[in-house]
Amino acid sequence: MSDKFETHEHDVLVIGAGGAGLRAAIEALAQGASVGVVCKSLLGKAHTVMAEGGIAAAMANVDPADDWRTHFRDTMRGGKMLNNWRMAQLHAQEAPARIHELEQWGALFDRTEDGHILQRAFGGHTFRRLCHVGDRTGLEMIRTLQDRGVHMGFDVYMECTVVQLLKDGPRIAGAIAYWREQGRFVVFKAKSVVIATGGIGKAWPITSNSWEYTGDGMALAYEAGAELLDMEFVQFHPTGMVWPPGVQGILVTEAVRGEGGILRNKLGERFMERYDPKRMELSTRDIVARSIYTEVREGRGTEHGGAYLDISHKPAEYVKRKLPSMYHQFKELADVDITKEPMEVGPTCHYMMGGIRVDAETAQSAVPGLFAAGEAAAGLHGANRLGGNSLSDLLVFGRRAGLAAANHAKQVSSPAVNSTQIERAEKEALEPFQRKNGENPYAIHRDLQTTMQNLVGIFRNRDDVQRALGELEKFRQRLARVSVEGSRMFNPGWHLALELKSMLTVSEAVARSALLREESRGAHSRIDFPNLDPAWGSKNIIVRREGEAMRLRQDSRPELPEELKQILAEEK
Amino acid sequence: MAEARLQVFRGNSEGGSSVEYKVPIAPGMVVLDALHYIQGHLSPDLAVRWNCKAGKCGSCSAEVNGRPRLTCKTRMDALPLDQPIVIRPMKSFPVIKDLVTDVSWNYKVNKKIPPFQPRPGAEWKFFQEDVDRVQEFRKCIECFLCQNVCHVLREHDKHEQFAGPRFFVRVAGLEMHPLDGVSRAKLLRDELGLGLCNITKCCTEVCPEEIRITDNAIIPLKERVVDQFYDPLHWLVRKIRGAAE
Repeated sequence: MSDKFETHEHDVLVIGAGGAGLRAAIEALAQGASVGVVCKSLLGKAHTVMAEGGIAAAMANVDPADDWRTHFRDTMRGGKMLNNWRMAQLHAQEAPARIHELEQWGALFDRTEDGHILQRAFGGHTFRRLCHVGDRTGLEMIRTLQDRGVHMGFDVYMECTVVQLLKDGPRIAGAIAYWREQGRFVVFKAKSVVIATGGIGKAWPITSNSWEYTGDGMALAYEAGAELLDMEFVQFHPTGMVWPPGVQGILVTEAVRGEGGILRNKLGERFMERYDPKRMELSTRDIVARSIYTEVREGRGTEHGGAYLDISHKPAEYVKRKLPSMYHQFKELADVDITKEPMEVGPTCHYMMGGIRVDAETAQSAVPGLFAAGEAAAGLHGANRLGGNSLSDLLVFGRRAGLAAANHAKQVSSPAVNSTQIERAEKEALEPFQRKNGENPYAIHRDLQTTMQNLVGIFRNRDDVQRALGELEKFRQRLARVSVEGSRMFNPGWHLALELKSMLTVSEAVARSALLREESRGAHSRIDFPNLDPAWGSKNIIVRREGEAMRLRQDSRPELPEELKQILAEEK
Repeated sequence: MAEARLQVFRGNSEGGSSVEYKVPIAPGMVVLDALHYIQGHLSPDLAVRWNCKAGKCGSCSAEVNGRPRLTCKTRMDALPLDQPIVIRPMKSFPVIKDLVTDVSWNYKVNKKIPPFQPRPGAEWKFFQEDVDRVQEFRKCIECFLCQNVCHVLREHDKHEQFAGPRFFVRVAGLEMHPLDGVSRAKLLRDELGLGLCNITKCCTEVCPEEIRITDNAIIPLKERVVDQFYDPLHWLVRKIRGAAE
């Protein structure tokens, strides 16, 4: 290979340093692999820090009747049975051990009166199940994992963005990335690559997601020949901030409802009585989000187009202790004292159930040596994710991905990296500098977000989604004319131009899948097909690249084993 | 629509100067929104480090009108808009470009701190009051504003001898963990330079998480070091045991 590029070699390369990436890296290190972690931001800033409410695991510390079977059943029901049942089973079975492990690595959870990890109620969970640290569970988790990994000895490449995966024939060979600081390219050679890059929320304007969430990992894997799954299922969290405009979309944790928060419309009606009288505010996220949206659309919304969420009936000290960051967030950003007055909330794009299709046991994709875990992977959550199941997903499948990636690396020889691939990737990434007075990447991004919000949002129909596909094609043409100003040094305009490619790929996959699924299920609501269709209930949509074209196919969900069928049939 | 004027530092390690931008004001707008407006409409290569824009990741630290702040939590309507808002990178770290500084030194310091290690035979049972005290330290979002404002680093550049408030908070979080079995007192004295802190409390003032850094982390750690190394009884015990702690 040409020695023009700075090159690093590892057994396992992990892309992304959130919960899944760090857990994968720790496990691969424990297996004796040499591990590199590449991340777009500084270490410890990944989106996991924003997770608030907790980690779901059937530890039965608070409700002794809880067990993995109930957690499995809740997850499958929440996902409207589209989940990969084996992933849902492994997740429910292994989550408690992953939490104990975190605790042994130094994480400090809130406690029960008898000294165990405290668990709180959350939407769709039969029992109180979420282990938590006030409302900053994600921060505790990422700090714990970060320090564990640093002291075990992985190499971290911070503020380094992967632009393409490298292949050696059919198998993975590494990645080419660039350092944000100088804009120089760097090659990573690896026997195994784990994608843990999170979600895609930045394709929508109202989102709880950080700037990193541009679907890079899914797009990289798709380009490399992996399959994407369940891309029509985008979760809109029911409660984001709606006012003032600058904070629109910032998450209001579900823990507010878990701790007893009540939703009302402008008439003072507790409207969840109309939509899910049994579970009320603790219904699943898809239902609560649609309910708020419907109230607003029918003219019963608040002044700024949301619903009221009220926790002020609880003692002020309790609210401040259990929901400290919510208290400060509203006080500082919206001049609202949540111990005295209600919050205004509305749906915000929050989580991607779809992603890279992986094997349940090993987290391996269709490309040999390419693994994926966390939000970037699909399967566990089906058509709708339950709150708290994301952090446990990161730990359970992050560990499995790291384990399998290390094992894979032991079995294969060192791959060859192809200098033509590398040079082509570099040339393509630098093209925006060659053009003058082309399209502004920020303008394309704003238009993409408007299109996705208006045409591929909470409620969809055929005409809208078809229009969106037409718009996406235009954005692609505009992206081919994009130009950037300034130098290669820490240039956010250039960075966005590269990310737009990923966002357009995943947005197209979302739109195409949403068009194909002619029913409403979980987070996917079609106005023109408002009901569940049993025929669709056993099918997943798979997306893959054929040449330059995006191809979709339907895949029948494998039958559940008898034992699991029985668990699902039980009523509890 | 009302407008604000922002004077933003543009430059790199070799120097730079302030550039003025006019930005329309929206209700509830924060300084980071204004910086995003500049990127989106006026100058797409303005370098700003940010992630969550929700006060949780600690990426967007800068100096706003001379005060170290998270730009995502600094409301425009809390600033005097009849004069330009001056935005500069954190002073204690080398500039990479514009508002982005090189904070890698912090990661090197962190590596020196031995991680949590449970006491042998520890029983994993403890109570809310045991964790309440420690959780304060664990709220830290690593915005490094305390490092930026600490005069030992800012004025005296003692980056080699001194770890800074952030890492005293980190050590406090480990040392006061109910089951931790490692002593970091020697490290605090010899390598992290705890003695250089003369408790001016500047760090506490700028902490966006309202961690009482000086009172609850630094002073108790200083007491631990004194107890371990300067307490006559401890000294005698060490002498007899010949322990080389």
